[in-house]
Amino acid sequence: MTVSLHQDVVCAFCGSLCDDLEVEVENNEIKKVKNVCAIGRNKIMHQQPHNMAPLRVNGKECSLDDAYNEAARILTEAKAPIIYGLSSTTAEANSEAVELAELLNAAIDNPSSYCHGPGVLARQHVGMSTCTLGEVKNRADLIVIWGANPMESHPRHFNQYSVMAKGMYVPDGRKGRKVVAIDVRPTMSSKNADIFLQITPGSDFEIINVLRSLAKNLKLEGLTDESLVGGVPLANWRELVEMMKASHYGVVLFGIGLTQSRGKDLNIEHILSLVDELNRYTRFYAIPMRGHANVNGSNQVLVWRTGFPLAVNFYRGYPRFNPGEFSVFDMLIRKEVDAAVIIATDPAAHLPQAAVKYLQSIPTILIDPIENLVTPWANVVIPVAPAGIGTEGTYYRMDNVPLRLKKIIDFPCPSDYEVLHAIKERVSHVKNS
Amino acid sequence: MLKIVNGQVYDPINGVIGEGQELLIDNGKIVDSLSDENCQIIDASGCVVMPGGIEIHSHIAGPKVNSARSMCPEDHYDHFMIKTQKTRSGTGYTIPSTYMTGYQYSRLGYTTAFEAAVPALEARHAHEELKETPLLDSGIYTLMGNNYMIMKILSEKDEVGRRERLHDVVRWLLTSSKGYAVKVVNPGGVENWKWNNGSVDLDTPVAPFRITPRNIMIGLAETVKELKLPHGLHLHANRLGETGNFVTTLETMKALEGYPVHFTHLQFYSYGLTNKGALRSAAREIAEYLNTHPEFTCDVGQIVFGPATTMTADSPMQFRLHQLTGNKWINADVEMETGAGIVPMMYKPSVLFNAIQWCIGLELLLLIKDPWQIVLTTDHPNAGPFTSYPQIIRLLMDSDYRNSIIDQLHPKTTQFTNLKELKREYTLEEIAIITRSAPAKALGLTKKGHLGVGAEADIAIYKMLKNKERMFDSPAYVLKNGKIVVRDGIVIDSFAGRRLIVEPDGSKCLPPDLVKDFASYYSVALSNFAVQDEYLLHPEVIPCI
Amino acid sequence: MNSIEGLLITVRTGRQGAAMEKGKFSAEYIKEISTLVINPEDFSSLGLGSEKKAILKSHSAEITVTCQSVEGPKGIFFLPLGPLANMVIDGETNGTGVPNYKGIPVSVTAVK
Repeated sequence: MTVSLHQDVVCAFCGSLCDDLEVEVENNEIKKVKNVCAIGRNKIMHQQPHNMAPLRVNGKECSLDDAYNEAARILTEAKAPIIYGLSSTTAEANSEAVELAELLNAAIDNPSSYCHGPGVLARQHVGMSTCTLGEVKNRADLIVIWGANPMESHPRHFNQYSVMAKGMYVPDGRKGRKVVAIDVRPTMSSKNADIFLQITPGSDFEIINVLRSLAKNLKLEGLTDESLVGGVPLANWRELVEMMKASHYGVVLFGIGLTQSRGKDLNIEHILSLVDELNRYTRFYAIPMRGHANVNGSNQVLVWRTGFPLAVNFYRGYPRFNPGEFSVFDMLIRKEVDAAVIIATDPAAHLPQAAVKYLQSIPTILIDPIENLVTPWANVVIPVAPAGIGTEGTYYRMDNVPLRLKKIIDFPCPSDYEVLHAIKERVSHVKNS
Repeated sequence: MLKIVNGQVYDPINGVIGEGQELLIDNGKIVDSLSDENCQIIDASGCVVMPGGIEIHSHIAGPKVNSARSMCPEDHYDHFMIKTQKTRSGTGYTIPSTYMTGYQYSRLGYTTAFEAAVPALEARHAHEELKETPLLDSGIYTLMGNNYMIMKILSEKDEVGRRERLHDVVRWLLTSSKGYAVKVVNPGGVENWKWNNGSVDLDTPVAPFRITPRNIMIGLAETVKELKLPHGLHLHANRLGETGNFVTTLETMKALEGYPVHFTHLQFYSYGLTNKGALRSAAREIAEYLNTHPEFTCDVGQIVFGPATTMTADSPMQFRLHQLTGNKWINADVEMETGAGIVPMMYKPSVLFNAIQWCIGLELLLLIKDPWQIVLTTDHPNAGPFTSYPQIIRLLMDSDYRNSIIDQLHPKTTQFTNLKELKREYTLEEIAIITRSAPAKALGLTKKGHLGVGAEADIAIYKMLKNKERMFDSPAYVLKNGKIVVRDGIVIDSFAGRRLIVEPDGSKCLPPDLVKDFASYYSVALSNFAVQDEYLLHPEVIPCI
Repeated sequence: MNSIEGLLITVRTGRQGAAMEKGKFSAEYIKEISTLVINPEDFSSLGLGSEKKAILKSHSAEITVTCQSVEGPKGIFFLPLGPLANMVIDGETNGTGVPNYKGIPVSVTAVK
């Protein structure tokens, strides 16, 4: 019996990429995980060799070669394929996916196009003042959590990096900082705040407008301290602006409560402008609470290879970018793709029904470690060794810090990179012959 | 095996100036004889043959470059490359995507490039991108000028212990990041920015340890010297871009006399002040100093009119630029180490300030007498894209052309500059020096920048043309590792280059008390910090001196 | 039959995340993604049956959910994003690439 203990393991669940996990392995099986949240533990414990998705072509078990050949056949016969997902796999696999997309003149997109993508677009308009999570831990004396619920989506974020963390100039941790939560309802996260501002849904843009005006000492015609802005009295917003200006190192952690509600990228453009303007008084920063562990990495790789972070189309042999036109959801709704590679994501769980229905009607290749909601109907299903458990590679944390994920146990299947590479080789062979 | 015949060879390191000389190439190197005379022959009649160009300071890979690409799609829409059988597609003008960056350098005859500013914490990212930047040998400079551990050590009382500990930390940072050189950016100034304190000068005490930029620069310059690193301290000094900063620049140079230092993008540091507080050129004062101090090298950071994307670890400078221009702005503080700022820019000949900046760069190039002391750069993409090098070469080689451009500048430009009076024209030898041989020497790369036996067969062959911009814009051939990769300005092959790193002697571990600091204040585990070997496809250790 | 109108907001929950990682065909996951969180006053005004089932109806579709009373704003309902919530979201993105995941006009009607 071989027992081994792996330390400083990087968790591959959310964009926090906690890198202090302890994993105990016995006979190539993960027995115990320490320093981990419930979600991370479940992910690691569940993604083990005995839980792999079946290897299948059209519902029948097959060899890897059969699967690769069928995938290559589907893709070479398609006129307008899409490669979609990549948010829970390595940068190395992402890079191979971009190369495959280029070879196929395909579209390529990742889930950020409907999660934090609006924030990415907002940055194209106004930029962003941001910092790494260690700076939040060491310096932040004011944290504003807006439209995010890290206690549920990034369970260790508060302890490791932000609200509760003890840092260089905030040695007392929670006691050393002010915390404000802004959301449409009380959450587990807002319970950790000194001030909770419960706002009406869809009012974020209006609120930020008022905050920017207050920060600039502009007169707000027709508003008194009692007037409600987004369901909260103006006096409270005034107080928040004073807190922001009085802080030494303020940080806004924003979530999809802001990117997906009315206003979308305009909400983010507005809040990033507020953060920018506050830098005239003090230091102020914003950090998007990225969800899938390497969704940032899928943006990063796409950017360095094509110049664009999401919604890229190689139809003309070079990268073009147009969110809303080449975004996965719009392309599916408009039936503009005729085959799909789904990798390291689950559109059937994330995308509105109309898109899922169309996806079901076209040839689909699924590359994922375990079964998900696409598995039952995908034409080709290829299980892979999960990144950070069965294969190593690079992930980008929500604050752009890259970390190398480790391989902990052996899997009887290839990695995402190897699968994409094998399909690419076959496609390339067909195209060149 | 390959032979280049009938070319006029410019190999300044070996004293070869335009002579007809055969070059024999085998196994990626220049050799003195070939076992098989029936090899491929390149007829370089009517051509100039030079070593491959060496980029000493450019921002081409890593977190800030990629953030800039992502922020500026408008930079990419009209500038793209379609995929070919051999090459990948790409987009971008001032901030091209990785493959396109490699191809663009290659099609100018450049074969080596250094990314000039990388935080150790995010070095993995830069290496990932360089892996996908083909046809270039490359390396990164590791940022240390605002590093917490370095500032902490410099504040310690015990002088001997301090020196040893500084060596340890610099070695640890360099080898963890797989870096090539020690980079300092606005020492102390970035830390001060995080405290919302103002601009720093040489002797401003900086929180939290109250040491000064002078302490930081001397401490690190001394360490670079004692570790015998192949490249000197790569210094982006304090007060970049501030009117009247040449005083600080000269003070900094004086403070660092006797140490190996490379002053980068010096154009931005040669700013004088008129009686009315306006910008004037102080290139003469800076050049005069350097003319009497041959131990220092610099690169110019020449302004190019048109779009640019400014990006630097000098976050306070970038915030000023953001406020000045109103253009969009990325700022990124990096825990324990540094910061970064990005602002897109447009340099216009009709804007007096820009016109003076443009003149200052050229004045430095023309007034510094020894071409071995100054390297051609645009601090890409800060002062302009590297793809403008051919145009700058023409400005240096052709004074009529230069004067014709001066005439198009803001009419008051000549009141504040001396460029029009300068008649010097660069020779091809001098161009070879400032684009290949001088950077090779400054970087301690003994197999690059020349064409002697044993040198790497990185070679550029340009058709001799009167218009030097056209000549250098479209080489007839470029060879990388002895393979033809560019033919008539078109990239015909694509493969990965080597990664250049250093391995100074001695411990590469962090001292125990700092291991504790690391655990408390970084947001990653120490064991996850160092860049793993997997990120370097073809590593090559360049020996210390 | 009691019915209330309001806005649906799709969300992420820790339990959904944890259940999802155990498998999207697990009972735990299916239970979590069909649990609609509503305000206590709204909850009692619905007059739900013993199983707390309700029909959630949007412009696109209607689905059956299980209601849970949790402190929060009136007239706003929360459902974890998943294959059920996906049914009631429409296909419009207003050219942004982002469907309207939050603030969907819906009605909730008790199933007796």
